[in-house]
Amino acid sequence: MYRGQSGQWSWLLHRITGLGVLLFLLVHIVDITLIGFGPTIYNDAIVIFSTGIIRVISLALIASLLFHAFNGVRIILIDFWPAGYKYQQQMFIAVLVLTIVLFIPTVFYIMAPVFGVCPQGSCANPAL
Amino acid sequence: MATETQTQTPQRTITRYGAYTKPAKGANGWETFSWYFFRVSGVALLVIALAHVFLMHISTDVSQTVYDFVAARYANPFWRVYDLVLLTLALFHGLNGLRIACEDYIQSRGWRLTVLSALFFIALTFWLMGSMTIIMFQPNHTLAQSIMSLFGR
Repeated sequence: MYRGQSGQWSWLLHRITGLGVLLFLLVHIVDITLIGFGPTIYNDAIVIFSTGIIRVISLALIASLLFHAFNGVRIILIDFWPAGYKYQQQMFIAVLVLTIVLFIPTVFYIMAPVFGVCPQGSCANPAL
Repeated sequence: MATETQTQTPQRTITRYGAYTKPAKGANGWETFSWYFFRVSGVALLVIALAHVFLMHISTDVSQTVYDFVAARYANPFWRVYDLVLLTLALFHGLNGLRIACEDYIQSRGWRLTVLSALFFIALTFWLMGSMTIIMFQPNHTLAQSIMSLFGR
């Protein structure tokens, strides 16, 4: 953690969301590897991702991914266009707004099956 | 004692917008490559990873992404290449980030070497696990059977 500079919150959030997404990626590689053990083992294992609790955790993952992606674009823009530094604070707010705007419909699509609504046509909400 | 805990790792400086500054020209080729790799892979992942999340969680509910779904998808080699690119870029972008976080917080040279070696081992293991699964998958064959069939068994 470094203090006293305007980018500190964007730096801290970028690091935390990045490490969170990496942690999920490592878990995800393991769960996908189970497909090499046949349909029964794979389907029995990945059913956990459809439960309510893991759906909520997936939302945290998606929010992290959205923020990390948009803040990454903000960083690259200023890296290669130094005058953009003047707008770094405004761009940080834009990143947060864009993350929230895209996150809201995502919450609906991911959580609807928990309440028995299937926006995609077919869905399931198994008990843990 | 203080000098013994120093390492050759370049001192990183943070910009006022919350990113690391580009290594100075000729400072360290590897660190310069790392700096560019974050940005190039990041732009690619913005599209590839977000599209992956959209396809697996939004346009199809995650509960439908079962074995037969994967089998149908992997009948098209495009999705195997797609997943292989996603796996490779995401894993090395992420672990390179973890490497920098570790270098920021671990002062002792011995621990740094231990942790960096562990990260290298994790990178290799997870990349092999993931890429073997993506490349070797055959419907209703286990990975072991697919590997054995390479040797005519």
